[in-house]
Amino acid sequence: MTEVKNNKLDTKEDVLKKAHQFKKKSQAKTVWIRYKRNKLGMFGLIVFCLMAVAVLSANGYLDYEEQAIAQNLSERFMSPSAEHVFGTDQYGRDVFARIIYGGRISMFVGMATILISLSAGALIGASAAYYGGKIDNILMRIMDVFLAIPNMLMAITLVAAFGSSLFNLILAMGISNIPRMSRIVRSAVLNVKGQDYVEAAIACGTPDSRVIFKHILPNAMGPILVQVTQTVARTVITVSSLSFIGLGISEPTPEWGAMLSEAKSQLRYYPYLAIVPGVAIVMMVMSLTLVGDGLRDALDPRLKN
Amino acid sequence: MLKYIIKRILWIIPVILGVSFFIFFIMDFTPGDPAIMILGEGAKPEEYEALRNEMGLNDNFFVRYIRYVSNALKGDFGRSYRTNIPVFEEITSRLPYTLNLAVTSTIIAIIIGLPLGVLSAVKQYTAIDNISLGISLILTSMPAFWFALMCILLFSLKLEWLPSLGADSWKHFILPAAAACTNTLASTLRMTRSTMLEEIRQDYIRTARAKGAKEKTVIFGHALRNALLPVVTVIGVNFGLALGGTIVIEQVFALPGLGQLMINAVRSKDVPMVIASILFSAIIASLVNLLVDIVYVYIDPRLKSEYSTVKAKKV
Repeated sequence: MTEVKNNKLDTKEDVLKKAHQFKKKSQAKTVWIRYKRNKLGMFGLIVFCLMAVAVLSANGYLDYEEQAIAQNLSERFMSPSAEHVFGTDQYGRDVFARIIYGGRISMFVGMATILISLSAGALIGASAAYYGGKIDNILMRIMDVFLAIPNMLMAITLVAAFGSSLFNLILAMGISNIPRMSRIVRSAVLNVKGQDYVEAAIACGTPDSRVIFKHILPNAMGPILVQVTQTVARTVITVSSLSFIGLGISEPTPEWGAMLSEAKSQLRYYPYLAIVPGVAIVMMVMSLTLVGDGLRDALDPRLKN
Repeated sequence: MLKYIIKRILWIIPVILGVSFFIFFIMDFTPGDPAIMILGEGAKPEEYEALRNEMGLNDNFFVRYIRYVSNALKGDFGRSYRTNIPVFEEITSRLPYTLNLAVTSTIIAIIIGLPLGVLSAVKQYTAIDNISLGISLILTSMPAFWFALMCILLFSLKLEWLPSLGADSWKHFILPAAAACTNTLASTLRMTRSTMLEEIRQDYIRTARAKGAKEKTVIFGHALRNALLPVVTVIGVNFGLALGGTIVIEQVFALPGLGQLMINAVRSKDVPMVIASILFSAIIASLVNLLVDIVYVYIDPRLKSEYSTVKAKKV
């Protein structure tokens, strides 16, 4: 009974929202109010923000060349102390500084991956859903082919052909996430497309691109945003895995997976070298996952079990 | 139903062709001259040219691709640039390790994840639910290779219960399988829980309880049967991920599987080996997804009735 009521309210709200631009803000606000109630989601958001601040302001309190890159063989394998919070590695570099700068790389790759996969995915997914029929069929069948290659293998293929560099890694991660992204965009757009206001816009003779980018995409944003947080989280893991097997970012650049790969040989005597970067990965991925879950519940409370 | 299955099986052909075309196309950008790799630096320019002609490297891209596919259909995936061993032989000798690991870890994930998911749905908001959700959150947030390293640290180095490297006995497979199953376990658990929660609230469950069915029958006979559909899909999708994950896990435990072969081939720019090893993994992932889709037809009565013929209806 209550569910029916909710549905009615929602459609009414939708109509109002689309009639008046200013109502849009208030929807973001209601989502935020709902999000704030989610303790785990807030926890994830706070952890992620703290990490982001620590990473982005790194140059303020750390010296990249001095502490994260320069080798200092007289200070090898120092245990954690006040001076080196997480100790030093086999080349005498400060592990804390390398963790922070590693976080910068992970975040950068994550964001760049989103930029590539989301813009291409939005274009492909939105046009597939909007035009439908043959175009939809062709685009989605092509995406099916790409989906048949597991992400990790796709990245390895691209890195194998173009070499392993930061740029190629970003390209590989971006491309390998396009199929999933375009599927999500497609289904989100299909949901919105049937609404009356879209038909109204088309009837008014609005150009296709404007209908897609102005009317459809903003309203289909919810599931896409959730997918974005999940994609960043997965990308962090895949990039560290690639670096770990030596096909990602390589020494001396501080990257969490590469640090773990080095720490592997020291596992017996200096286990903290292998523990710290892993905890950093878990913290970042977990905070993103929690934010994504919280966002999903806040955007669509009906989904919450 | 048969029509659906045949349609689904036929669809896999263009997918695999597309995948092979994409991989072949991308790998064509690999820098370096195969002739120099095979003959070494010291040979004469004529010798390089002769070898290139012999291998057909001077042909147009499409000619080479079509030749590759027609040879591949006969089981000839070329020879390794490094060792000159036929790629197919090398891959089939490595494949069992990888498949073994991927299948074992998927089975472990189902055995643990499914009941735990059901349990946490039935006991929603209790300690059991919170703990299993916490476990699945940690498992999804953890790179499998790091979990592997931590397992080595604990079980091999500190407790000295299990070996950390090699593939000699069943003991060597415990840690790799444990590490490889984390992701599938977590997503199976989460998916089972959320679909079970949905099903438990349906009217037919209330009816079943009202008619006095045992709680066990209600949960496993009624709710789980319906909740299983999305879970099966998730497991299928995760198998592809597990194949990708085993590549890294094999590296941690020095297992001589497909992953190790692939990584070494990438490092040494052994193009035929890279193409074939990636192609094989993608084909296996597609076949598993095909299998899932077919299983789907059998467990989803809606699909079954949609595609069933008159004959099937009689049965």
